[in-house]
Amino acid sequence: MSDATLHKPATPARFRSATEESPAARWALIAVAVGGLALLVGAPLVIVFVEALSRGWAAAVTSLASRDAQSAIRLTLLITAIAVPMNAVFGIAAAWFITKFDFRGKAFLITLIDLPFSISPVVAGLCIVLLFGANSALGGWLVASGYPIVFAVPGIVLATVFVTFPFVARELIPVMIEQGRAEEEAALTLGATGWRTFRTVTLPNIRWALLYGTLLCTARAMGEFGAVAVVSGKIRGQTATMPITIEMFYNEYLSIAAFSMAALLTGFALLTLLLKTALELRHADALSATRRH
Amino acid sequence: MSGTPLIQRTAMPGLGVSAGITFFMLTLVVALPIGALLWQGAEFGAANIWATINRERVWAALWLSFRLSFLAACFNLVFGVILAWVLVRYRFPGRRIIDAAVDLPFALPTAVAGIALTALYAPNGVLGQLTNQIGWQVAYTQWGIWLALVFVGLPFVTRTVQPVIEEIETEVEEASATLGASRLHTLRHVIAPMLMPAALTGFALSLARAVGEYGSVIFIAGNIPLRTEIAPLLIVIQLEEYNYGAAGAIGLAMLAISFSMLLLINLIQIWSRRRIGHV
Repeated sequence: MSDATLHKPATPARFRSATEESPAARWALIAVAVGGLALLVGAPLVIVFVEALSRGWAAAVTSLASRDAQSAIRLTLLITAIAVPMNAVFGIAAAWFITKFDFRGKAFLITLIDLPFSISPVVAGLCIVLLFGANSALGGWLVASGYPIVFAVPGIVLATVFVTFPFVARELIPVMIEQGRAEEEAALTLGATGWRTFRTVTLPNIRWALLYGTLLCTARAMGEFGAVAVVSGKIRGQTATMPITIEMFYNEYLSIAAFSMAALLTGFALLTLLLKTALELRHADALSATRRH
Repeated sequence: MSGTPLIQRTAMPGLGVSAGITFFMLTLVVALPIGALLWQGAEFGAANIWATINRERVWAALWLSFRLSFLAACFNLVFGVILAWVLVRYRFPGRRIIDAAVDLPFALPTAVAGIALTALYAPNGVLGQLTNQIGWQVAYTQWGIWLALVFVGLPFVTRTVQPVIEEIETEVEEASATLGASRLHTLRHVIAPMLMPAALTGFALSLARAVGEYGSVIFIAGNIPLRTEIAPLLIVIQLEEYNYGAAGAIGLAMLAISFSMLLLINLIQIWSRRRIGHV
């Protein structure tokens, strides 16, 4: 498309660098990108709020005040409050182990940590049901002892930790590799204890990457559907998280209630994006290289 | 190889604690549950697994999941590269917002995406009315599933390709132009090969995500056996009937697909590292 304009000897209207596309091509590509994104991502985002508020604010707020909605919100907050710190602790420990020590099989260990991202959430839920469900030896014994895992809160936590497993670790590992071990070694030489070295030397270096990973982990933990749908048993008022409750309301044709709860989760998602973008802009140098754009 | 010790001795503290937490969590959360699935498969037996999978309904679901995921990833490959190029190379109002919006499919819960897309494209929805006028029904058909899979896989290609475009030195493009190549020729023969490995990695990630996707699909799919029933839904159906053996068998088939995807991604990365020296 640019050949014609390039080879024409006529006086050019405006100088165009040889590494640029023609203005027409440029605007066409921008239109495709912006239009496509508006249709694919913008429209679903807008429709959530339009549907939630289709009978006004009062109806939306009332639907969120129902007992089922309240218990779903409380449960989702509880699950997130347990699963995210678990993953943060695991992520820090795994990143420390992988970046501060040299051992055989490191690449394999990293692959294992990344594994949950390649497994279908439904299969993840299935695995947990097969391990801890009442039909397995372990699960049967746990249920008999009064500690059911599946169809109860611990199962939902496990499923959530599974699907969000790599988030914190994979943010921290590249950053800690880049920073090396010299600073920690200096602190240790000067007599600091291991814990103090971690707290005063490592933690300040990784805090933004840690926050970034935790943020992504939180967003996914609050919104997980497939894995939780399988392990929770969808017991109303007991194991129905916010996404599960959206499905229940939707299937019962409670459109306002379903979309109001969806709007609430969308609000969280937008907040996450906002914080994430702010981190990328302000602390790009403290995040792993792939996050800097 | 055999000469190197399992772990090198160092003065760095925290080996026991960090290795302990890492292996404890890895075992409890990942290894034991996946082991339980493999164990269940071994108990169920190869013959039973094959009998479960080798049914028309299961083949149809597996094939549907894979085929539509592939087609969605193809769309995401093309659209993702265009998006990445526009975001890195062009300056236009709202670019920052567009850049941030690319990640929305990662942040938005899948169930929310599912009901939102269904509300849009259902026959009485805003966009569904438009498409139905030209005789194109999206919701409750394979088009709907494809659309949901496009949505969940959208950010992958853009996010893998963006850093690569940022690192391209314009001197390469100038050299190509100086030698008389048209802009299109430069894009095809100079830029495209540089983007290929990253774009293929994004493609494979998008494909892998789509094959296992459940939440965003089931609302818009219609879930009609043999026609719009995806493989993860079959597992859920078997579990609801307490049919653990069959659920495990289909789960194993999906696990095998996941592992082949993982292998594919790694092979692409090894190939691209050999070819251009870095990913």
